[in-house]
Amino acid sequence: MTKEVCSNIGLWLLFTLLLSNYVADLEASHHVYNRLTQRSNTKSPSVNQPYRTGYHFQPPKNWMNDPNGPMIYKGIYHLFYQWNPKGAVWGNIVWAHSTSTDLINWDPHPPAIFPSEPFDINGCWSGSVTILPDGKPVILYTGIDPKNQQVQNIAEPKDLSDPYLVEWKKSPLNPLMAPDAVNGINASSFRDPTTAWLGHDKKWRVIIGSKIHRRGLAITYTSKDFLKWEKSPEPLHYDDGSGMWECPDFFPVTRFGSKGVETSSFGEPNEVLKHVLKISLDDTKHDYYTVGTYDRVGDKFVPDKGFKMDGTAPRYDYGKYYASKTFYDSAKNRRVLWGWTNESSSVEDDVEKGWSGIQTIPRKIWLDRSGKQLIQWPVREVERLRTKQVNLRNKVLNSRSRLEVYGVTAAQADVEVLFKVRNLEKADVMKASWTDPQLMCSQMNVSVKSGLGPFGLMVLASKNLEEYTSVYFRIFKAHQNSNKYVVLMCSDQSRSSLEEDNDKTTYGAFVDINPHQPLSLRALIDHSVVESFGGKGRACITSRVYPKLAIGKNSHLFAFNYGSQTVDVLSLSAWSMKSAQIS
Amino acid sequence: MKKVMMVVMMVMVMVSEASMIEQTCKETPDFNLCVSLLDSDPRGSSADTSGLALILIDKIKGLATKTLKEINGLYKKRPELRRALDECSRRYKTILNADVPEATEAISKGVPKFGEDGVIDAGVEAAVCEGEFKGKSPLTSLTKSMQKITNVTRAIVRMLL
Repeated sequence: MTKEVCSNIGLWLLFTLLLSNYVADLEASHHVYNRLTQRSNTKSPSVNQPYRTGYHFQPPKNWMNDPNGPMIYKGIYHLFYQWNPKGAVWGNIVWAHSTSTDLINWDPHPPAIFPSEPFDINGCWSGSVTILPDGKPVILYTGIDPKNQQVQNIAEPKDLSDPYLVEWKKSPLNPLMAPDAVNGINASSFRDPTTAWLGHDKKWRVIIGSKIHRRGLAITYTSKDFLKWEKSPEPLHYDDGSGMWECPDFFPVTRFGSKGVETSSFGEPNEVLKHVLKISLDDTKHDYYTVGTYDRVGDKFVPDKGFKMDGTAPRYDYGKYYASKTFYDSAKNRRVLWGWTNESSSVEDDVEKGWSGIQTIPRKIWLDRSGKQLIQWPVREVERLRTKQVNLRNKVLNSRSRLEVYGVTAAQADVEVLFKVRNLEKADVMKASWTDPQLMCSQMNVSVKSGLGPFGLMVLASKNLEEYTSVYFRIFKAHQNSNKYVVLMCSDQSRSSLEEDNDKTTYGAFVDINPHQPLSLRALIDHSVVESFGGKGRACITSRVYPKLAIGKNSHLFAFNYGSQTVDVLSLSAWSMKSAQIS
Repeated sequence: MKKVMMVVMMVMVMVSEASMIEQTCKETPDFNLCVSLLDSDPRGSSADTSGLALILIDKIKGLATKTLKEINGLYKKRPELRRALDECSRRYKTILNADVPEATEAISKGVPKFGEDGVIDAGVEAAVCEGEFKGKSPLTSLTKSMQKITNVTRAIVRMLL
């Protein structure tokens, strides 16, 4: 009798729970679809989805681009992102929203910001979060007004006691910054406000990407109260010829060590700080950064010698990577980098599969000892997904050999390998014309033998190598009688799929490492994405591939050496990766 | 005298407006095609670069619509090509339902890179369709037109980046 009553109550509670869940969902989606006028044309993602990721962040369906306003608040990480509720191409953009306690597993929430006022009625584009001195997070974002002009708006949480900060309210003072006849700002080139920072004078500064003809610039605005903003007469920095500067990011880094620095920080008493300016170039679709100093008096960024903020600057990632943005993680005292990776498939494929765009695994980012580049490494939390480790030690890879790595889910894996090269003096000499690593990699595929290399990994490979993606090194002598070497890293997608209509461009980068030391290569493999890290994060290359054969259980992993000289695999560790909860 | 001045001004304005189209088209891979497409459109003479790009995206839309009609007609005439026609139908619908709206919104709102993406993809979809016929395509002339128009359009969109 008691049991019956209990189970009835249990059933009733379950029913109520499910019902209230359903009702809550209805309310949330009512918000979103209220404002949208176009008909939706996405199918629900079909059952057959060989390319969806197991642990890289992506929404359940539709188009995603820039990561927005990443932050940590009351111990919870937030990621907002540009999302199209209506389809698998860019359009109708809103700020979608997810939270996490570990940067790997995510809970979705209803969109935080969507068109609702004149100042954003035609779009809610990218922006950033600033944590105010009292701890309150505020969002500055670009809105598109009724005249299709780009303006900057503020939004703040409706309820600060909600740890998930689900609802946001917009100030009636918006837009806070707008193009007009006086400031002469180009109304279709004024977007992507950064995290703001405080100056000596207690005034806030923020920069916004813009251009004047072919001059790309970071327009500076200042404010005492975060509501009334004044345009500075001079931009923080500019470059003639680079075109529109999108998604700028400006942050301090500590000169020595890997800890993060809060955006407004002046550093510890004896700490040397450098500053990093980063831009996304519309023209080339790549992200670039420069290291330099911040002249706080003149509000100018001064690149260090050897750096120019244009298409010659170093890139975070030499593959498919754009619109990246960092935030200071106060919980773990690190600076974390998010970056968007779009598809390399045709739009018809994207519409068919019902989605487009992923985020890379967040990376910790810090200044190298040399001061000449930033180092990136996937946040340690991703390693919690590692299971079933396979270890290989001290294997010899003779010329023209491959070594299959068994016992790992090759389509969803994390691999770290350490190579040792023997006869460095047998390296080929660099040609004077070889200045572009991407060209070098695309002109010399894996069948081209060098003295040293190609050696590396073949990932997402079919059993008989009809399909494979190769990530590898080649080593060259800098000059004929030199004892200086050049290390080239390539990510070659040209044989990645039997499908013809993908973008299979090859990517390449020089890696600033000494090949007398063992060469490290790590690959995060996740069905249709490969994130490769050379030299422990000195060079990063992200690529997208869509094999027809090398899918799921039919995916294989090899180490290989097609160079003339033998190479040693000092160690190779491969882990099957658990799936994360991404939506 | 005032009337003469007005006529002179009008002629100067007309000449310089034609130059805008010509100047823009000079920087594209197909000057003649570019000029003929833009001159033939009433909006062409007073459009800025964004406006010219939007006109060409309209032409892409028109050509895709025309090609889709041709594809539909071919089902009866060439039933043995059914599979290729199905693929082509999907591809051209993507141009109309995804690429064109994306490019139009992007260029109107000042984020031309998504416009470039849409235009590039229109060319890709047309090429994939053409490839389905393994060298014996009944749509080659239309495909070639699409390639030419998308190349010109892309060049103009890139001026906005």
